[in-house]
Amino acid sequence: MSRRILPISVIVLVVVLLGFFYKGLSLDPKLLPSVLIDKPAPSFTLPQLHNASLSFSPEEMKGKVWLLNVWASWCAACRSEHPLFMRLARQGDFPLYGLNYKDKVVDAKQWLRELGDPYKISISDLEGNVGIDFGVYGVPETFLIDKEGIIRYKHVGPISRKDWREIIEPKMKELEG
Amino acid sequence: MKIKILLLILIGGVFFTGVLLAGEAKLREDPEIKERFKHLATELRCLKCQNQSIWDSKAGLADDLRKQIKTQIYAGKTDDQIVDYMVDRYGDFVRFKPAIDKKNIFLWVGPFIFLIVGGLLLVRYVKVRRDQTEEDNDSMSEADRLRAQAILDLDETVNKGGDK
Repeated sequence: MSRRILPISVIVLVVVLLGFFYKGLSLDPKLLPSVLIDKPAPSFTLPQLHNASLSFSPEEMKGKVWLLNVWASWCAACRSEHPLFMRLARQGDFPLYGLNYKDKVVDAKQWLRELGDPYKISISDLEGNVGIDFGVYGVPETFLIDKEGIIRYKHVGPISRKDWREIIEPKMKELEG
Repeated sequence: MKIKILLLILIGGVFFTGVLLAGEAKLREDPEIKERFKHLATELRCLKCQNQSIWDSKAGLADDLRKQIKTQIYAGKTDDQIVDYMVDRYGDFVRFKPAIDKKNIFLWVGPFIFLIVGGLLLVRYVKVRRDQTEEDNDSMSEADRLRAQAILDLDETVNKGGDK
């Protein structure tokens, strides 16, 4: 009996390790879990892109479920999610707010003129300091913020139609509840 | 008289600026601060190019975070405060050597548990084997011994016979 314990425990160990490897190796190392999930969105006050004399801060959004999309004119991947945003903005009340990250105001405005502007308000984070507070490491990133100003979900990389349909839209509906 | 006062102000101004600049330069050249900066920047991961530290990376984000570290050092923050600032924003992954906590304790202790359990199993296995061999040695009956001796004797006679 005791002779069997060793080979059996080795087999069990190998199976468990293979399980870990299977799970671990199929994860995308570029996707980092955000520490900000279920925490209040960092506070900030920044000038608006189209009119620098007006400011914006997330406190104004209390009571609304909204999306904060971090983008830049130099960001190639931002172009791939842009048509989806345009379509959603055209369809109705789409609470998308843009954080223009480490960009030049002229370039950002030009980009929006060329491709269309789906944002309710665009905010200028020229130095990228607010980006640091939000733990932004790869543009585009999108934060889903609830009525209490708490970050409920973070999407890294461009949002595909599938991401929207299967993850973000249901989550938004649920939060609006 | 007026010229004298103006001259005095001018000289004073130049001197004062000189002192300020010297102070600034001294702060920037301070080897202790440089050492702290290097230590922090090499211990923190650049999130954009994940296998490089903030010190090594050329990514824009690493540049911003280097600035952030410097600013905080000059603002008198301790190393721990600066690391916590980064962890609060980017998570444990930003550290090359994460602190031990509830979530990762198994990763730190696991190898030692495996080593101890494996070592104990090995010791037991060897002991069981040794006991068994000893038992086998002792378990030869007198009859078996005689039979074995007979076979050996026979073998010897046959060999001798063969030589002749």
